[in-house]
Amino acid sequence: MVNLTIDNKKACVPEGTTILEAAKTVGIKIPTLCFLKDLNEIGACRVCCVELKGKDTLVASCNTKVEEGMEVYTSSEKAQYARRMNLQFILSQHDFRCAGCQRNGNCSLQKVCEEMNINEVPFEQSYDPSDWDLRFPLIRNAGKCIKCMRCVQVCDKVQSLRVWDIVNTGQRTNVGVSGMRKINDANCSLCGQCITHCPTGALRERDDVRKVLDAIHDPKKIVVVQIAPAVRAAWGDGLGLPPEMATEKRMAACVRALGVDYVFDTNFSADLTIMEEANEFLERFTHRDEYDWPMYTSCCPGWVRFLKSEYPEMTGQLSSAKSPQQMFGAVAKSYFAEKVLDVDPKEIYCVSIMPCTAKKAECDIPNINDSEADKDVDVVLTTREFDRLLRSQLVNPFIVEEEEFDSPLGTGTGAAVIFGATGGVMEAALRTAYFALTGSNPKPDLFKMVRGLEGIKEASLEIAGIPLKVAVSSGLGNTRKLIERIKKGEAEYDFVEVMACPGGCSGGGGQPISDGEELAGERGEKLYVLDKKNPLRFSHENPSIVALYDEYLEKPLSHRAHELLHTDHFGWYMPSGK
Amino acid sequence: MNRLSVKSTDRVDSTTEKLMKEFAQRIVANPPGVCPVDMQLAFLKTCHAQTCGKCVPCRVGLGKLEELLESVLNNTATDRTLYMIEKTAINIMNSADCAIGFESARMVLAGFEGFKEDYISHVHEHQCTGSFEQPIPCVTLCPANVDIPGYIALAGSGRCADAVRLIRKDNPFPTACALICEHPCEERCRRTMIDDAVNIRGMKRYAVDKARASEVPVPACAPSTGKKVAVVGGGPSGLTAAYFLQLMGHQVTVFEQKKQLGGMLRYGIPNYRFPRERLQEDIDAILSTGIEVKLNADIDTEAIAQINEDYDATYIAIGAHADKKLGLEGEECENVISAVDMLREIGDGNYPDFTGKRVLVVGGGNVAMDCARTAIRSNAKTVSIVYRRRQEDMTALPAEVEGAIAEGIELLTLKAPLRVEADAEGKVAALWVQPQIIGQVRGGRPSPRKAAKEEERLECDLILVAIGQDIVSAPFEKAGLATKRGRIVADAAGASNRVGIYAGGDCVSGPATVIKAIAAGKVAAANIDQFLGFHHPITVDVKIPEPLLNDKNPCGRVNLEEKESWARRDNFEGIEYCMSEEEAIQESGRCLRCDKYGCGALRGGRQFEW
Repeated sequence: MVNLTIDNKKACVPEGTTILEAAKTVGIKIPTLCFLKDLNEIGACRVCCVELKGKDTLVASCNTKVEEGMEVYTSSEKAQYARRMNLQFILSQHDFRCAGCQRNGNCSLQKVCEEMNINEVPFEQSYDPSDWDLRFPLIRNAGKCIKCMRCVQVCDKVQSLRVWDIVNTGQRTNVGVSGMRKINDANCSLCGQCITHCPTGALRERDDVRKVLDAIHDPKKIVVVQIAPAVRAAWGDGLGLPPEMATEKRMAACVRALGVDYVFDTNFSADLTIMEEANEFLERFTHRDEYDWPMYTSCCPGWVRFLKSEYPEMTGQLSSAKSPQQMFGAVAKSYFAEKVLDVDPKEIYCVSIMPCTAKKAECDIPNINDSEADKDVDVVLTTREFDRLLRSQLVNPFIVEEEEFDSPLGTGTGAAVIFGATGGVMEAALRTAYFALTGSNPKPDLFKMVRGLEGIKEASLEIAGIPLKVAVSSGLGNTRKLIERIKKGEAEYDFVEVMACPGGCSGGGGQPISDGEELAGERGEKLYVLDKKNPLRFSHENPSIVALYDEYLEKPLSHRAHELLHTDHFGWYMPSGK
Repeated sequence: MNRLSVKSTDRVDSTTEKLMKEFAQRIVANPPGVCPVDMQLAFLKTCHAQTCGKCVPCRVGLGKLEELLESVLNNTATDRTLYMIEKTAINIMNSADCAIGFESARMVLAGFEGFKEDYISHVHEHQCTGSFEQPIPCVTLCPANVDIPGYIALAGSGRCADAVRLIRKDNPFPTACALICEHPCEERCRRTMIDDAVNIRGMKRYAVDKARASEVPVPACAPSTGKKVAVVGGGPSGLTAAYFLQLMGHQVTVFEQKKQLGGMLRYGIPNYRFPRERLQEDIDAILSTGIEVKLNADIDTEAIAQINEDYDATYIAIGAHADKKLGLEGEECENVISAVDMLREIGDGNYPDFTGKRVLVVGGGNVAMDCARTAIRSNAKTVSIVYRRRQEDMTALPAEVEGAIAEGIELLTLKAPLRVEADAEGKVAALWVQPQIIGQVRGGRPSPRKAAKEEERLECDLILVAIGQDIVSAPFEKAGLATKRGRIVADAAGASNRVGIYAGGDCVSGPATVIKAIAAGKVAAANIDQFLGFHHPITVDVKIPEPLLNDKNPCGRVNLEEKESWARRDNFEGIEYCMSEEEAIQESGRCLRCDKYGCGALRGGRQFEW
């Protein structure tokens, strides 16, 4: 243990502790800006500088370790002055027209400036002009970038893609797309982790809220909304709603309050995905020699983009089953339009609310549409856009009463809701595969060994005497490790689930941002509670799914199912990462 | 008013002078990898501040050039801007009245031509081609990318064995480099911005003196791959490749032409600079990996073909061991000896006896200094170095030249050898030289030309010729390897034109430094491993101490002391002393730890494996 004093308070902390952490133990919160624990401890913004007795120059508290007998002064005149002026330096190059910024009210720079009582900038103001394709789902505004390098780090260290890099040197040092590429030509998975780790509004998703409002206001359109599993675990965060109020049913009611025609649930199509994917797996498994192994899940578009850019030779190993989002769109504009509503599918406008930025690109994949009614999914909003939409439409979730989802595409099982957490797809698929192989249901929690936040999980199991090896990874850096092991023959699996974002969709790049916190675990837990509470725990027992097959699709992997619910992953171009 | 007054330095002058010196130091320590166009603009602004303002091209034109460069950096330039930069600079160069103007423009033009691709990149891609991949100056400038801040911190905290292990991750010759590396790592040491470069080689010397390389075990080899690799040449490059390939699990056989291993470390560098027992420490450690060695192995064209058949891959690192001739009349007479021959004999322990002889050494490089200082130690009566340029033009390290002078060696500069005069018995009697005058700068060095003076006769009993070395590449050329001007041709990966045959070190680069040879061996090892279908990472599990919060107040650099000249010039024992523990701790504290501070913090500051 190391003894030191911080602002004359005695502290005793383990060796290797930073001054920043040590200060926390005695109740002192040193402001930070660029710092992100374990990810970005580079002391770049110099906002967390403190004074040490006997030293002429200040040190960054975020990456300076404590020493025995150290005397730290967090708010000495020198430290105070540095903190204030360094913030003013940053502001002199930051476009702080905050009122027109998506991060207004949830911006770390704004917050720390407010806390430090910055009310003027005594320097000339200028900021970099933006040069960006505003049609791309991920948008970077150079004028708001404070060069904290978090995006570079998260893309490099967590996602192993290195899409971002430092470009230029000296005063023109900036963040840009690596390798002199434009973002459209880059191997960006669109996971959105750079957005959720950006302290300001420099990185954001393309805002598609206007398109949704236009559809709602168009009397000729039947607006159908689907909401992804993980959205329900986080939507309240962006609205200041306490967890007990942020229920699924209140969320459904809020969507309805926007004036849409049908409020459906992606849980429905997640169950459908399981039906197709689990049967596809069993089909491949019984014709083992005809396929390359393992089979990979395909419901995460960030992961699909990653595989196609980094390991294109494995594209054929992806399940051909579409993601729940796209299955929903295809069913809404076929079965639902034709059989349920008896309308022209072209009248349906399909809106999807997702915890994800990559979904915005997925619905634009040219060969993903099979309903023959324009795009199967017309527009995708992230959870953040959904919250902004509610606020801008004066929907007050505090006074909205809970309501049910609409039927029939609003019914989902517990197996579907856990799609939003890492391991969930695997667990749901195993539940149904067990049924398919043995004819009876397992205990619902039999496969819970694939739960948890660990980056790579693996399990060996036996169902009906058949041994199965499965693996689950989340975060693309972990995924790269796993694939490299598979490629080298160090590991062999039958079925692998991959989610691009650490912790799965609950930690998705489209979720509400809480700077400095990784909430995937907490949000995922909420989904497992919903699974447990749901009387239906098996996708194959979803009555709407049963009806869909009975009335329309016949059976999993049928001709019509193939037409609508499966896709050719070779059918579109993804820039190579090599 | 006084009619005249005595000049005194006022506060402004003395402050300016001090700042100018510091500015010059700062330029010396310019971080590698910064945008050259941005640096050029900064230089140009300094140049412009120096203008007296009298003449138009300098006063106005330099400002216009600045605007043009600014527009390149601000992404508003077009190809037309680039055209204008060239035209503007040429006009200022042609029409400015004094050096402040025309030299400024010449520098811009030189940069414009030298890194034009960077200008174009700014105009077309809106970014520079510079990159921050390896931001630590010392590590970047070390050809083998040794983890310098890491081992300085380890040695300074007394963990010398760990320092040796860390060095070995990139360089299996810690002792050799501790004693005789030319330390390019120190050139841009960031500490230079405060006072002076850290004595990096001195710190390494401290580490290997406290923890002898032969006493620090090498890492375990990877499981055997069953692959066999031949290394032709047992010098620093060959042994480096052999060491790493053996660690990667391949079985390596080194073929060495001479009686012992070490290459130029043994057969080129005299004992007083690098005592043989210290060389043996490195070699013992390298061989402890299980490398097979075949000494006295003369590799001719046939042998190459055989090796190529017997082994899965080959690394050729035969060095540059052939002497170069002066091409003078009388050169073939007795007692005209090549440096290479003499140092080779010494390498095997056959020391010459020059008792009573007047010795002339021809050449101005490090080998010439080695020869001269060896001659003094071999009891020569007088030793003089004959060189056609000036002392400051010598390619030898200044410390080597000064060491030679301190030992009583004369420099006869600006004398171009003309012919060797032999006596009746055919022995050398004198060297005729033509006095030179130093002249115009060509290729960065002032070149001498014939002075309007008479030829001179330098009486002597022995001439040592040290004007460079050649490569015995003919047998390899015959075996089908591409060569160029006597050098074996290899690409950046070390691959020759023949599949599975790699080459590196002096035989590819021409005579260069030991650390460059080591780096080539490291590169070849990595690429041969890959060629054989593997990817064995080389790594080390040494934890680097956290930086200490030292004050960054200016502090002198600890230099290594040498034996007094009278005590060293009559023997071949090592002449350099190691630093004390007290000095090592202080010197280690001077390291600014660029692995942690500055850009080093961004991507972890170090490469844990390669």
